[in-house]
Amino acid sequence: MLTLEGVDAGYGRVQVLRGLSFAAQAGEVTCVMGRNGAGKTTMLRAIMGQIPLTAGRIALDGQRLDGLPAHRIPRLGIGYVPQGRRLFGPLTVAENLEIGLMTRGHGARTRERVLDLFPRLRERLGQTASTLSGGEQQMLAIGRALCLEPKVMLLDEPTEGLQPSMIALIRDTVRTLRGMGVAVVLVEQRIEAVLELADRVAFVETGQVAETLPAADLTPAAPQFARYVGV
Amino acid sequence: MEFGPFLLLAVMEGLVGAAVLALTASGLSLVFGVMRVVNVAHGEFFMLGAVAAWFVSQWVPGPPGLAFAVALVACPLLVAGLAALADGLVLKRLAYEPEATIIATIGLLYILQQAALSLYGPEARPVPPPFEARLQLPWFGWSGYKLFVIGAAGAVLAGLWLLLSRSRIGLVMRATQVDRETATAFGIDVDRVYAATFALGAGLAAIAAVLIVPIQQAHYLMGGDPLLLSFIVVVIGGLGSLRGTLVAALLIGLSDGVISTFFEPTLAKILATLLVALVLVFRPQGLFGARA
Ligand SMILES: Nc1ncnc2c1ncn2[C@@H]1O[C@H](COP(=O)(O)OP(=O)(O)O)[C@@H](O)[C@H]1O
Ligand SMILES: [Mg+2]
Repeated sequence: MLTLEGVDAGYGRVQVLRGLSFAAQAGEVTCVMGRNGAGKTTMLRAIMGQIPLTAGRIALDGQRLDGLPAHRIPRLGIGYVPQGRRLFGPLTVAENLEIGLMTRGHGARTRERVLDLFPRLRERLGQTASTLSGGEQQMLAIGRALCLEPKVMLLDEPTEGLQPSMIALIRDTVRTLRGMGVAVVLVEQRIEAVLELADRVAFVETGQVAETLPAADLTPAAPQFARYVGV
Repeated sequence: MEFGPFLLLAVMEGLVGAAVLALTASGLSLVFGVMRVVNVAHGEFFMLGAVAAWFVSQWVPGPPGLAFAVALVACPLLVAGLAALADGLVLKRLAYEPEATIIATIGLLYILQQAALSLYGPEARPVPPPFEARLQLPWFGWSGYKLFVIGAAGAVLAGLWLLLSRSRIGLVMRATQVDRETATAFGIDVDRVYAATFALGAGLAAIAAVLIVPIQQAHYLMGGDPLLLSFIVVVIGGLGSLRGTLVAALLIGLSDGVISTFFEPTLAKILATLLVALVLVFRPQGLFGARA
């Protein structure tokens, strides 16, 4: 289980996260919703150790993550699909996957599993990542993170700007991950997607998780959507 | 001598310069590409390689070939070690801030220069070539050692190319160059990559110096020219592009050799600097660099 308790963090003197608490369970999809600038991406970056905490703690299955050197955190089994994908653009598809495989020392078996999940990548292994289509790039970003065989998967708006067929594929992937017992943290702004995929929904407002609910308690007309997402 | 053979001689001399310049400049280019650090002290690592080679030639008994072989391995390693130390003690503490590292490496330049002056002295000293061989062409004879320099530099550059394009450490360096933060998010220890890159960059300059020092004497101020020429090459070739660096080194090294032979070394430097100005105005990303 991934837990954040009372986390304060920000950029230089600008505090963004204010006493944020959050939890994600294995085998569940926890969706994170909130307006632009609420601090969703910053929360994921704090988990990855990319920004230091000024208060609070982050733990994975009881082990403290905050204070660890940032490069040690993914090695514990946290796969990260950043907002905007952040592929290694000049590197090939195969090399991008190789970086993911190296993180935790996985080999050809893991690579085959990932390529079976995204056969389109198999056809483009030698191609430079920056020349892929948007959807293929997102597959690669997810595939690269899956190469860690992660316990926790952080996905930051993975369907942003993609066409419907690609969105469906990514949703299928999220379900597959849940079925494999991965703790999925999915930042997602589309209400129907959240209602379809989520086990739990955390609403973020001004750097705090203001409310967490089981997805079963939410309907498209739930007041939380209007209040925290603004629709 | 007639014009044809004279031109051939100039080109061959130019190739020696180009080979050594390609090694030195690829080190500077690598450090800038991966770390975004403009290493003003790069020429001093070159100088240290040459000075260390002189010390080795004094300490290692037996034929000059043996001392040379020892120097070719030991001096680059020593200089690489020093560079890794400078990275940890200075650059890392500045968080690799681009402006701060320029100032810091200027400081490093003077420290290394003065250290060499104290330990080695102000004299220029020759290092014996590892072997005496003459290449007799119909029109003139040429040093077999110079031919060796070209071959050895080519071999090291080929090795560097393989390292960067085929090895794990090369992959890790390239990923770090593209996006340091995302590299960290995939378990890459960027501090270690930077230390290794800085060491490799300095080591390449030191290899170049060990190769050239039997032709050009070791002196504590010898780092200036390689630094200037490396900057010229890196700007013309495109910052962070190894292929561009190699092509530009060939271009600058050859034209430097030819123009110096027929006219004046100063004219060669003036023209090279002019070329840099033209590149900066009309193609600021360099001949091979990707548009920023
Ligand atoms: N690198 C940064 N430096 C300074 N402020 C930032 C940086 N990144 C984000 N912020 C600020 O932090 C706040 C939260 O941003 P972010 O976490 O990206 O929001 P969200 O992902 O919820 O849209 C915003 O006010 C944003 O302007
Ligand atoms: Mg965001």
